[in-house]
Amino acid sequence: MAREHSPRRKALLTVAAWTAGLLIFFPILWTILTSFKTEAQAIADPPLFLNFDWTLENYAAVQERSDYMRFLWNSIVISGASTLLGVLIAVPAAWSMAFVPSKRTKDILLWMLSTKMLPAVGVLYPIYLIFIELGLLDTRAGLTVVIMLINLPIIVWMLYTYFREIPVDILEAARMDGADLRAEILYVLAPMALPGIASTVLLNVILAWNEAFWTLNLTAANAAPLTAFIASYSSPEGLFYAKLSAASTMAIAPILILGWFSQKQLVRGLTFGAVK
Amino acid sequence: MATRRSRAAARMMMAPAVVLLLGWMLVPLTMTLWFSFRRYLPMRGGDLGWAGFDNYVRFVSSSAFWPSIQATLVIVGGVLAATVALGVLLALLLDQPIWGQGVVRVLVIAPFFVMPTVSALVWKNMFMDPVNGLFAHLWRLFGAEPLAWMSEASLPSIVLIVSWQWLPFATLILLTAIQSLDREQLEAAEMDGAGPLSRFVHIILPHLSRAVTVVILIQTIFLLSVFAEIFVTTQGSFGTRTLTYLIYQRVLESQNVGLGSAGGVYAIILANIVAIFLMRIVGKNLDA
Amino acid sequence: MGRIVLEQVAKRFGDAEVIPALDLEIEDGEFAVFVGPSGCGKSTLLRLIAGLEDVSGGRILIDGADATQMAPARRGLAMVFQSYALYPHMTVRKNIAFPLRMAGLDKAEIERRVQSAAAALNLTDYLDRRPGQLSGGQRQRVAIGRAIVREPAAFLFDEPLSNLDAALRVGMRLEISELHKRLRTTMIYVTHDQVEAMTMADKIVVLQAGRIEQAGSPLELYRAPRNRFVAGFIGSPRMNFIEGEEAGRRGAFAIGVRPEDIALSREPAPGAWEGVVGVAEHLGSDTFVHVHETGLAETITVRVSGETPCAHGDRVWLTPREDAIHRFDAQGLRIA
Repeated sequence: MAREHSPRRKALLTVAAWTAGLLIFFPILWTILTSFKTEAQAIADPPLFLNFDWTLENYAAVQERSDYMRFLWNSIVISGASTLLGVLIAVPAAWSMAFVPSKRTKDILLWMLSTKMLPAVGVLYPIYLIFIELGLLDTRAGLTVVIMLINLPIIVWMLYTYFREIPVDILEAARMDGADLRAEILYVLAPMALPGIASTVLLNVILAWNEAFWTLNLTAANAAPLTAFIASYSSPEGLFYAKLSAASTMAIAPILILGWFSQKQLVRGLTFGAVK
Repeated sequence: MATRRSRAAARMMMAPAVVLLLGWMLVPLTMTLWFSFRRYLPMRGGDLGWAGFDNYVRFVSSSAFWPSIQATLVIVGGVLAATVALGVLLALLLDQPIWGQGVVRVLVIAPFFVMPTVSALVWKNMFMDPVNGLFAHLWRLFGAEPLAWMSEASLPSIVLIVSWQWLPFATLILLTAIQSLDREQLEAAEMDGAGPLSRFVHIILPHLSRAVTVVILIQTIFLLSVFAEIFVTTQGSFGTRTLTYLIYQRVLESQNVGLGSAGGVYAIILANIVAIFLMRIVGKNLDA
Repeated sequence: MGRIVLEQVAKRFGDAEVIPALDLEIEDGEFAVFVGPSGCGKSTLLRLIAGLEDVSGGRILIDGADATQMAPARRGLAMVFQSYALYPHMTVRKNIAFPLRMAGLDKAEIERRVQSAAAALNLTDYLDRRPGQLSGGQRQRVAIGRAIVREPAAFLFDEPLSNLDAALRVGMRLEISELHKRLRTTMIYVTHDQVEAMTMADKIVVLQAGRIEQAGSPLELYRAPRNRFVAGFIGSPRMNFIEGEEAGRRGAFAIGVRPEDIALSREPAPGAWEGVVGVAEHLGSDTFVHVHETGLAETITVRVSGETPCAHGDRVWLTPREDAIHRFDAQGLRIA
């Protein structure tokens, strides 16, 4: 219903919306700007907005901290592997629930979601103990498994909602055409659900990347991802604003970009379909 | 409907996910329950035997318990109030025809993708620092004495940081809900002579009530376990020790696993109460 | 080859008995149509034959071999779905080739068969399009193409024309009939449209509540319906049923007369049924006159060849052809 609004009204609303948007975005913008300042300029009074000497020295400094690359690599490996593993386990489960529903399907689905609600701190020590027993403490493998498990309900849920939109006729046609289960999923279901699978992967990479309970508590030097790397700035180093900003920018930039692509899926994934 | 063959296949295909999640839930939960009834001090003698309900009583009667509940409620309540109120306003604004809607949307959503440790540190140091923080500059500009946010206004500071992180989520969901509102309903109300305010109160708000409920429930579950934001800012001092943080300290810092586990059981019960309401809404939607 | 035999086949969903045990034989090369009102179990029966549902009892024999426990793919049957069920992410070529690819045929053979199927179905120009870019009729042909390349023992059609508009439906009906004449392969066709059933079938199987009411050639069913349900279902417009004195006079509980077996006159005739015209539907070739106030049934429909100057409110007299009256007993069964 394209109704004509007065340009005046539209202009006013535009100003209001942009003001709100920029205000919300400002901390991120400020961080990015500060990352290009020298330490002295970063704490200048009055603050410098754009009129400073742009420099890349902070990025160089953060890069030079020999371990930065390892944190980055850990983040990439843990979020990528946990998502991949999760999808591999979730696709068959979601197929079952979407296409061979039984009376218990709904209960199983809700139960899976409910495991997501378990407060992590309630099981912190047992997991800690298990990790020590299995030698998983401060390993990427251990963290990958834990993060896969906390995101698995969301992955199953999202795939389930996408699969449900695929007409079962088409899968039956594939069965009639001689496709076995593997071929049915590989050649028919997966390509048809590809946009949904891609969104699921995207959102879960983001969630895994930003996870900041288990990553802080189950890692030390070896497997710590960027969340823990940034946390290490909480003490004196945090006072070096420009370096903190450069490190922060590097930690959030990739995910910020991915996130902007996945805004629609965010609603679906995080409300478990309760809001459409 | 399906055949025996496909039902058998379905069970097989579901098994890995079910077994893994079942293990992930039951094993640690059972251990937590077990520990909560033991006197268990890993650094001071290990498992010292049966404790009955001692840990549960001690956890609740410790001087830190009620303040932690209070801090939790302030944070959860404060963040909910801020994000829902601002979220409704923002969603209404973003629903209007404006220039550059897509860009504004992207700007508003951005904070959600910032990892908690980054947002907490950026706010703490670059905005809330009493000497060099941006707020301090702003305060001085108006001739006011800069505030030592993290110590003098610790809880509001945490609420501000966490609200900033969750506002995009609330806005996005409420916006989705607003956009699903039937435009003809609004036009019919306009024809019936309802002004903008009464349209908002009588049509938009009731339509949003379900989305607001969902936002509240989901955020509550996540907010109850806010951790990193406290971990990198106040470390639980200045009255910011929430239930989650208190349990964390009991378990990992003072290594009193029995006591911490009893606290964990309380936290699990609390989260489950919220989860039950959420699951009802989700479950209803599954039937539709 | 494609002789399909159902022995005591039954289907229950939980406690609900959808199909009580039934027997049916479909000969090799036969065009069998399952027809009945919606919910009569005709689609379920087709899915049982396809193997997309398990039978709750009985056996399904295909060419003498027990196929009851076989996976759908192994039964050698091809199915055309109501929704066409084309693979939206594949081109027409890949859609048609899919069953051959699954069967592990070599590339050259696949291409040869796809080409010949496409030529037969006028799809050659569309081989590189996706289903989304095709019209309803073209999609239907792709679905058929995907079925014929497999050279199946039998084709199963599940209401394949119900998503097409009326004009296209008539065209596709002819195409499918011609396909059957050409291939001489067994076809089982499910529809709720008795016109499709009458025009296409070698054998019509009328189903109601999962039971076979009658199976036979279209004209057998038309001429000698076994009961009132079949009599009412086959033929358009519907057969007129009259109970009471008129039926009693002819030694029946109820009699049925088809609209085309009633003569209409605007003058009183001896023994004729008198009534008032409600609506006269002028089709050009025929006129359907709906007559009220006969005291026999609420409405009696008469089919008059060509034009007739009947209008609302006219008084008319109806004379049934005595030798074309069907008689039924109190149970609704035909009295021979």
